[in-house]
Amino acid sequence: MANYSILTLARNALQRHRGWPQAWRSPTLRPSYDAVIIGGGGHGLATAYYLAKLHGMRNIAVLEKGWIGGGNTGRNTTIVRSNYLNPESAAIYDHALNLWEGLSQELNFNVMFSQRGVINLAHDPGEERELRRRIYANQLAGVDAEWVGPTQLSELCPILNLDPNIRYPVMGGTLQRRAGVARHDAVAWGYARGADRHGVHIIQNCEVTGLDIREGRIEGVQTSQGAIRTPKVGVVAAGHSSVLAAMADIRLPLDSHPLQALVSEPVKPVMPTVIMSNKVHAYMSQSDKGELVIGAGIDPYNSYTQRGSLPVIEETIRAIVELFPITSRLKMMRQWAGIVDICPDASPIISATPVKGLYFNCGWGTGGFKATPGSGHVFAHTLAKDAAHPINAPFALERFYSGALVAEHGAAAVAH
Amino acid sequence: MLLLACPWCGPRSEEEFSCGGEGHIVRPLASAEMDDAAWGDYVFMRTNTKGVHYERWCHANGCGRWFNIARSTTTNEILAVYQVGDNKPELPK
Repeated sequence: MANYSILTLARNALQRHRGWPQAWRSPTLRPSYDAVIIGGGGHGLATAYYLAKLHGMRNIAVLEKGWIGGGNTGRNTTIVRSNYLNPESAAIYDHALNLWEGLSQELNFNVMFSQRGVINLAHDPGEERELRRRIYANQLAGVDAEWVGPTQLSELCPILNLDPNIRYPVMGGTLQRRAGVARHDAVAWGYARGADRHGVHIIQNCEVTGLDIREGRIEGVQTSQGAIRTPKVGVVAAGHSSVLAAMADIRLPLDSHPLQALVSEPVKPVMPTVIMSNKVHAYMSQSDKGELVIGAGIDPYNSYTQRGSLPVIEETIRAIVELFPITSRLKMMRQWAGIVDICPDASPIISATPVKGLYFNCGWGTGGFKATPGSGHVFAHTLAKDAAHPINAPFALERFYSGALVAEHGAAAVAH
Repeated sequence: MLLLACPWCGPRSEEEFSCGGEGHIVRPLASAEMDDAAWGDYVFMRTNTKGVHYERWCHANGCGRWFNIARSTTTNEILAVYQVGDNKPELPK
């Protein structure tokens, strides 16, 4: 399989780009694997990659009911940051951010990680206090964070409306300079290629229809392409986690909601950073193609329809037009939704279950993309060792019985 | 956008309502005797059904009253509207 480099690019250019090999194979399903990952999104593929690379488990499969990266991995707004409030969250999201910084080199695949900074706005004194508290918590946890006032904001993002007479005037905000955006599809493709290179089978169009459990232990998986025997299963199915849990008679504290996003027609570079606002529930960045990428909120009711409701994007667009008046005449090109699994404490679940050998990585809700490398890394450890990595130990399912929740509503409130 | 039929006010836009989540979760009566597992299940665990979901809604920006509906979470079709305290309705196949 070709290593991507300037030399291979030049050689293939001379051959009119007819010589590129497939980035990953399309293998036939084996009757048994040492481990099976259900869900071929970024988190599932990252899990498989680290399982194969770091833990030497080569005889594993990733089962994807559609195509890889076709779920929330290809539907999010690509924001990467780690400025969460609690030390447990700072640890996992910063672990991910550290991996992001070397990911293109690690995978030999350009994930276009661009550390252009992320700003969270404050619109009233209460919110300012809350955000400043988060800055102090971040600094204590070793996460970069600073306060920026209106003057700095106008330099960082000239199109931001700093008029003190608007309905929700901007008082300042937090800035994490190491944060930014990445190319979401490339993350799935890069991990898929990397996992494939280590022998992982990536099986697309393969839907799991049942879990074989005997005497409290997982023994296999029933799929639309046949049965598989395996002693270990890691479920990384985002919005469909509860559906898979129900196959094992497990209940999860999740509710699945559509989360919407939309992009404008492409324009010249106007947005040099990422701006988010909890208060008015809107956030925006600009893709390398020039589209303004705008994120809305979740529908208030459970749904598995990947559409989303119009009042939700109306509310977001109202806020965007007030915060960025130059957008008022832009046309929106596309709108879509992904199904996100919302957890009561706005923190993920990376956990063993009452069924031996069956593990869940879910509950990432509206903000899972940023955690992709870190989530895969610690979940691979959990699967390989049958024990939680210290970073994901606080995110076990038991916390809903012990009460040790990791409440991150403030840091996670803007759905992205 | 959903069109919800409030039992008291008739069909109204979804914007007038707030969704109260899964219905038919009964508050335990013998709460003093419950262990952590039972409390965790009651407070946090949900069915999150893909299919027919029985849920509570409040006509928050209208009459302010609560009611239950049965709705498909795959199509958003509202299959039944019924009173709080009623059993789950029989749905046409």
